[in-house]
Amino acid sequence: MCLGSALDILGAGRPPRATFVDYPLGHSTGKPFDAADQLAIVRAALAGFDTITQPETIVRLPNQWDAAGDWRTDAMRADRGDTRQPRDETPQFQHAADRDAAIASGAWRPASPPGASPDAD
Amino acid sequence: MTVAYMQAITERYKAIGYAPYRWYQADDAPPWTPLARPLAASTVGMLSTSGAYAVGQVAYHYKDDTSIRSIPADTPKSALRFSHVTENYLVDARQDADCILPLTALRALQAEGAIGSLADQVFSCMGGVYSQRRVREEVAPALLAGFRQQKVDCALLVSM
Repeated sequence: MCLGSALDILGAGRPPRATFVDYPLGHSTGKPFDAADQLAIVRAALAGFDTITQPETIVRLPNQWDAAGDWRTDAMRADRGDTRQPRDETPQFQHAADRDAAIASGAWRPASPPGASPDAD
Repeated sequence: MTVAYMQAITERYKAIGYAPYRWYQADDAPPWTPLARPLAASTVGMLSTSGAYAVGQVAYHYKDDTSIRSIPADTPKSALRFSHVTENYLVDARQDADCILPLTALRALQAEGAIGSLADQVFSCMGGVYSQRRVREEVAPALLAGFRQQKVDCALLVSM
């Protein structure tokens, strides 16, 4: 079951079962700090496993982000919305402390800084 | 009327001088597999393409990172983080991860019996990989192997 909030992209992928929620990108499973909304969306999406019988069905949920719907205008503008970060192969930790935690757990070892000499032994 | 993201993003890329964005368009009808058992008796897996990681794991990088993270399903919200090439969409998720990584909802559905069980680990990847070939050859097979190892009956794919 593919749950998403970009209907055209979802449709282009032709998933066997899909659920669409018409929220701004980044909120496919609900509004922030709204546990009831989040639970309702995930429940409705998973219910599709029992109810969808036709391949490529996209269930449209009735949830509304807000009454006005102005967010859609911003999302469509060519000069706003989606802003890509520079393409870089360094892990982009959300917090500096996460970097330290990843090193401490052994999950990551930073590359030697440029110009560092290799160990003598 | 829904947002025409494919058109908007294509125009946005053109305006900043990028090569034309080539969207994935599936040519063939998807395979269809009926569920072996009802949802209430099924083991459910989950993938979020939001670039989620848990504290102690390595973050994603922003140059076609095709790696995946396996996140324990009982991870507290305070230990969930995100790194994604379009991190502008993650402002809310970084305050409340359940916007895009619905562990709280999945655990609640398991507790009430709406789903049989939730896999012990959920998966995450960084959905902003520009190479369709690398998604097909690297990301998808790794996720499929992970779900098979978990013996899930079905999976929820939360796209961002």
